[in-house]
Amino acid sequence: MPQSSTPERTAPLSGYFRAVAAIVWKDLAAEFRSKEMLNAMVVFSLLVILIFNFALELDRGTRESVAAGLLWVTFIFAGTLGLNRSLALEKDRGSLDGLLLAPMDRSALLFGKALGNLIFMSVVELIILPVASVLFDLPLLQPMLIVVVLLGTIGYAGVGTLLASMAINTRGRDMMLPILLFPVTLPLLMAAVRASGNILAANGWDTIVPWLNLLLVYDVIFIAIALMTFEYLVEE
Amino acid sequence: MSQTSRRLMIFNVITGVLVAAALGLVFLYAPRERQMGEVQRIFYFHVPVAWVSFLAFFVTLCTSIAFLVKGEIKWDKVSAASVEVGLVFTIMAIISGSIWARPAWNTWWTWDPRLTTYTILALIYVAYLMLRQGVEDPGRRARFASVYGIVGFISVPLTFFSIRWWRTIHPVVIGAGTATSIGGFDMTPPMVVTLMFSLFAITVLYFCFLANRLQLQREMDHVEQLKAQAMAD
Repeated sequence: MPQSSTPERTAPLSGYFRAVAAIVWKDLAAEFRSKEMLNAMVVFSLLVILIFNFALELDRGTRESVAAGLLWVTFIFAGTLGLNRSLALEKDRGSLDGLLLAPMDRSALLFGKALGNLIFMSVVELIILPVASVLFDLPLLQPMLIVVVLLGTIGYAGVGTLLASMAINTRGRDMMLPILLFPVTLPLLMAAVRASGNILAANGWDTIVPWLNLLLVYDVIFIAIALMTFEYLVEE
Repeated sequence: MSQTSRRLMIFNVITGVLVAAALGLVFLYAPRERQMGEVQRIFYFHVPVAWVSFLAFFVTLCTSIAFLVKGEIKWDKVSAASVEVGLVFTIMAIISGSIWARPAWNTWWTWDPRLTTYTILALIYVAYLMLRQGVEDPGRRARFASVYGIVGFISVPLTFFSIRWWRTIHPVVIGAGTATSIGGFDMTPPMVVTLMFSLFAITVLYFCFLANRLQLQREMDHVEQLKAQAMAD
């Protein structure tokens, strides 16, 4: 078709972004019709928070000091649920092969899947944050905290999507992802927990900025690695 | 005996002599440290072993990149061998460190940045081996392992810096020591000589293990080949 080739020549990137957008749109449409994954992630997160509440006997003082860590543990556990499912579905239904046959750059596939996972995780976090702030009686809906949550989730979804596309092709499948993902996302988790904790404790900018920088550095490095290496994971 | 295995044998003997000589220096030549006494001698083993573990994982990083760029399976075999040998050295470093920490710090273990980073490093490469075991197709296994070898190694310095912002008690012996680190000491020239020789000997030991592991891999591949041949006949 002459129509489709003309805009590609004038703006080579627009085709790439259209491919990414198509994948994200597909994932969102499928999810908002079934809501399977989102429901599971939200309920799972609430259960984790409840379990922590009883396991740690959270009184007022403890709540303030452990809330940041607790939130992040909840987010990353719920995140692994979503990451596993997002790629396992593609594999089980055979749609991954279809996506790989599509005439687009392989990294667009990673980008699209990661963006979809980022959106799902963010939706879950946006539901959990107000609920948790009521349950813990803490002001969790601060703009800075939401920035930290977003930065942490970007890195987690990026590395997570890369490693999940490996994990679904191993014998262990769902079991493999946390084992691969947790040790390499530890710096991300620590930076996110420290930044969130300092924001909640109103500790001032100089205690927050180093951790924010670390989050940014992590996001940039690992998204770059993911984009560079993804094509090797899916080439058959 | 083929020529490669004879060369390997000579290498093994040389390594054995070097390690024995290093042990001789550690116990007979290096002076007794004034404050910690004999237990300080484990330092000449602990530091080289820890250094070699990083070297081993760095080798894996390089061979992983080489595999992804060149696509030759031999690089992946070196990656796998180096991780296996590296993990052995990692365990040796953790055990020797604990034996030293008990009298020096009065505890087997602390959650200090280096110790914590090191544990995570070990877990990353345990995960690496589990990943390899979980993939049957050799080509896919090589690609997956190479990507994880790169991701894993690059996360280690970030882990280290993020934990370092808590206070550290691991002694910094080389370079500027801090007053707060318990168990630090100044090295006299014989101590430096002993340490340098041990570093050299243990590094040779790493290459010796690696060469033997690769030879083992070659023999395993050969057996597989013969089996496939026998099946075909």
